[in-house]
Amino acid sequence: MPAIELRNIRNHVFSNLDMKVLDGELLVVLGPNGAGKTTLLNIIAGLVDYEGTVLFDGVPVDKVPANERQIGYLFQNLALFPHLDVASNVGYSLRVRGKRREEIAEEVDELLKLMKIEHLKHRYPKGLSGGEKQRVALARAFATSPEVLLLDEPFNSLDIGMCKCLRREIRQIQRELGITTVLVTHNLADAEEMGDRIVVLSGGKIQQVKSNEMLFKNAAVDNGNRSQRFHECLHCTIDCYCKRKEGDYESADSPACRM
Amino acid sequence: MRIKSVLTGILPVIAFVILWECIAQLNLVPRYIFPPFSAVMIEFYHLAVSGVLLDNILSSLFRVLAGFLLGSAAGILVGIVMGSKEFVNKSFHPIFSLLYPIPALGWAPLLMVWIGINELLPVALIFLCSFFPVLYNTITGIKGVDRGVIKAARTLGASDTKILTTVVLPLAIPNIFTGLRLEAGMAWRVVIAAEMVAIPTGIGALMIRSESLLRMDVIIVCLMVLSVMCLAFERFFQFMERRITNEWE
Repeated sequence: MPAIELRNIRNHVFSNLDMKVLDGELLVVLGPNGAGKTTLLNIIAGLVDYEGTVLFDGVPVDKVPANERQIGYLFQNLALFPHLDVASNVGYSLRVRGKRREEIAEEVDELLKLMKIEHLKHRYPKGLSGGEKQRVALARAFATSPEVLLLDEPFNSLDIGMCKCLRREIRQIQRELGITTVLVTHNLADAEEMGDRIVVLSGGKIQQVKSNEMLFKNAAVDNGNRSQRFHECLHCTIDCYCKRKEGDYESADSPACRM
Repeated sequence: MRIKSVLTGILPVIAFVILWECIAQLNLVPRYIFPPFSAVMIEFYHLAVSGVLLDNILSSLFRVLAGFLLGSAAGILVGIVMGSKEFVNKSFHPIFSLLYPIPALGWAPLLMVWIGINELLPVALIFLCSFFPVLYNTITGIKGVDRGVIKAARTLGASDTKILTTVVLPLAIPNIFTGLRLEAGMAWRVVIAAEMVAIPTGIGALMIRSESLLRMDVIIVCLMVLSVMCLAFERFFQFMERRITNEWE
């Protein structure tokens, strides 16, 4: 699976952003709303205009259109196709790539089984719960046999139990397949449980890059910049988390931490 | 519950027919001016048995179908191009914005000179009447598709053409059908007007001939046929829209 490198990325959010995602790792990008997390994913996916260079395994992909970048993207709002049933949603990428019907059916069945949603095969998105939609969207993202997986706030609308369960499952699949993954979130618990490394992004700038353990043990923060409050909040939340250990996780967007 | 709702719908119609029959039977106005319901039904029977009604309905129906199908197809095609290509939309929008408010019948004098008084005239008028609303509804439908699902389709490997055919168009269907449904009834109104003015056959022509003979019963039969045809057309598109989108909308 390719390592991802962003060199000198500039657009309406970023000015000279540099970032690396190592081959097969799960990098978590942590930051408050409006930090540019989704824009970062869209740049990697080729969905927005930017200046600078995005490299997959050292090869620039700036001229490669989004539909040829071999990316699995789980959108924040999931973006399931409302007019297609679950099987057709999951098999969409296979259909547009011209695979045979039997092959599509076989692969879709496997993916539905993997995500434990075989029973939803003929249902439409409007009749699914948040967790079920999430699983369908994930199955659809995996159907592309992605070399890079992009996850945008994947656990946002889920309850804590479902969150924990899905985190474990995604992590397991990601490790098994070794897919280079970027997960953006404002939730510290997602970051801690999922990330090999964590990038703290605020105001379109990378504030810290740490291994998961280092960030959560030291929780070093910068002061005197415009993201100070977010960092204070991050600090506070990490401290809270460290004290509680088994308690519920607090989000950087929780009322106590509003910026 | 169902019987109650059916009765609620039918009873006012029955009451209206009875009232009509009673007032007409009082002979307060001459029968040829205000015929009773029974006389209208008898005339309906005569027109149906003689084949006059069917011939005229078929003439009108052919014109409506030809004009409506051509106008709608053109509206959908141009709408797809304008909805998906912004520069085409910007180029043509001013022209269509100026032409759209002109009532279809407003074109009649011009078209009479350009194409003559023949079968093409009502077809051309219905074409114009169907084209613009279907065009605008198609553009609205296409532009209204959630950008998120388009991005999702793109990351899943779909080309622009595939995105259009597998995501954008299916999701624009409800809007397209709204345009078709609204104009299906309007097409009948336009054909009647065109036949009254310029064409010697069809329901509109039958009405105008009956007016000169003071045959109000025939006129009322024609109005009933017109009402049923408008309703049937609108309901057909409503039914099709539900069939296509019911499961996912």
